[in-house]
Amino acid sequence: MSEIEVRISNQLGDFDLDVAFSVPAQGVTALFGSSGSGKTSVLRAIAGLERPSQGLVRINDEVWQDQRRFLPPHRRALGYVFQEASLFPHLSVRRNLEYGMRRVAEQARLIAFHDVVELLGIAGLLKRETHKLSGGERQRVAIARALLTSPRLLLMDEPLSALDHRAKQLILPYLESLHDELGIPSIYVSHDPNEVARLADRMVLLDQGKVIASGEAANLLTRLDLPLSGYGDASAFLEGTVSSHDNSYHLTWISLQGNRVAVPREDLPVGRHARVQIQARDVSLAIHAHSDTSILNILPARVIDTHDINPTQMLVRLELEDGQTLLSRITRRSAMGMGIHEGMMLYAQVKSVALLA
Amino acid sequence: MDFDWQPVWLTLKLAGTTTVLLLIIGTPIAWWLARTQVWYKQALAAVVALPLVLPPTVLGFYLLIMLAPDGPVGQLTQAMGIGTLPFTFEGLVFASVLYSLPFVVQPLQNAFEALGPRPMEVASTLRASPWDRFVTIVIPLARPGFLTAAVLCFAHTIGEFGVVLMIGGNIPGETKVLSVAIYDHVESLEYDQAHLLAAGMLAFSFLVLMTLYLVNGRYTRSHRP
Repeated sequence: MSEIEVRISNQLGDFDLDVAFSVPAQGVTALFGSSGSGKTSVLRAIAGLERPSQGLVRINDEVWQDQRRFLPPHRRALGYVFQEASLFPHLSVRRNLEYGMRRVAEQARLIAFHDVVELLGIAGLLKRETHKLSGGERQRVAIARALLTSPRLLLMDEPLSALDHRAKQLILPYLESLHDELGIPSIYVSHDPNEVARLADRMVLLDQGKVIASGEAANLLTRLDLPLSGYGDASAFLEGTVSSHDNSYHLTWISLQGNRVAVPREDLPVGRHARVQIQARDVSLAIHAHSDTSILNILPARVIDTHDINPTQMLVRLELEDGQTLLSRITRRSAMGMGIHEGMMLYAQVKSVALLA
Repeated sequence: MDFDWQPVWLTLKLAGTTTVLLLIIGTPIAWWLARTQVWYKQALAAVVALPLVLPPTVLGFYLLIMLAPDGPVGQLTQAMGIGTLPFTFEGLVFASVLYSLPFVVQPLQNAFEALGPRPMEVASTLRASPWDRFVTIVIPLARPGFLTAAVLCFAHTIGEFGVVLMIGGNIPGETKVLSVAIYDHVESLEYDQAHLLAAGMLAFSFLVLMTLYLVNGRYTRSHRP
């Protein structure tokens, strides 16, 4: 029964929350939705910070809430990272980190202090006072503080939303390494598709207090019937491995099982897992594989379906040879001229690929 | 000049006892007022604030009636075997606790409200039980509030006059506190003695307030978020 099961229904004024999902107790599950969709309320209910009128919260064989019982938050083996770091101002960084750790029995501490400090790169901050830290540093300390309680479930409520773009870019790699190194299942609340694409394995999509879809993150992000793809700014996210480096032209090749795409040279070991983002507006379609083009990345693909964005443009969802999904934004006129239809075989010409991790 | 120190010690004892008792009684009241959402919250806050606006003689008068041998509290204290409270030191403590209640509850309530729910929530997700959270998070973070409450309560009790006169009278060593002693001296035209006590009170009050402002100012500066 290695899964996380959540069923919450609650009526607050005219807002009806009625959410049920169960996900494997591993990796990162994104709880995704616009503001006011109820995602933070769900997270708070999982933590026991709110007490919904009806609720079931189960982590593997441990029941935190059901008809008969309601464990208060301090009796639940969870870690919670709030939107603002909320460090205790009267304690130093080290004492903040130790606050939760000391309240966990020694034999239940599964994560060593030094490992967490190293993982989040905060060794140099330990003696500092919390008000002298930058926003990104604070949030890293808050994440470390939550991890040091050796939680069975890590809950993160938009931990990056209070940070500026630069601080976000600096902290994302730490979050990714959490995922790879610690193996603590986590639920990550977000309204940013790029964050979800980088961090999440699965997602639960909320709208007005209800689950409207759930499943693999990469699939959901390219589904045309969901508001996720953001239409004009739609992106696809592909999984691959670093296959080789081309030093003379300063490129790194990412292999996608049979096909490959080039990104600007990155110092990554060959064979490492890589996630790339391809924006729909950077993908054009051709019926034949041209070699007389400046475009390096040409991938054979099959049309799955199409969706009009506006009277001029449309999105085409494509399946690559390895089963991954790609989006292309073209004009409706081109689509008509090419006779694009379901099941048609085409070549996707990808102008630009961004390497995420 | 033969100076009588007894009223000074008695006053300090009264103020000290009242402050300790009020911090114990006032903290849960302030915590509850800061957290609760019930509709009668404002009414209770107003009751707590009553001693701020009531003439001390009004408070003293009702206390006297309540604590008298045939009053409700008087009957209770007699049944408990501690006799009646008017014109005793214990009676003064009882009256001072009521009289200084807002001076403890209001600064504490403000301090608790300023904290907001977040620090307690964070601590609860870090496995701290409610009592643990209060001791390790709320008390240190609300320290300026506790300090203000204690100092204001102490100083206010020292300056108490009307209530003491109504309920305590003027028994040397039992209820004759500083303010009453000054009044006594003036009545009997012993201006030197009155001057000494009055100037002492003035200096003391100034020092207390200045210390309070200094300490709070420094604390706020070092804990600015």
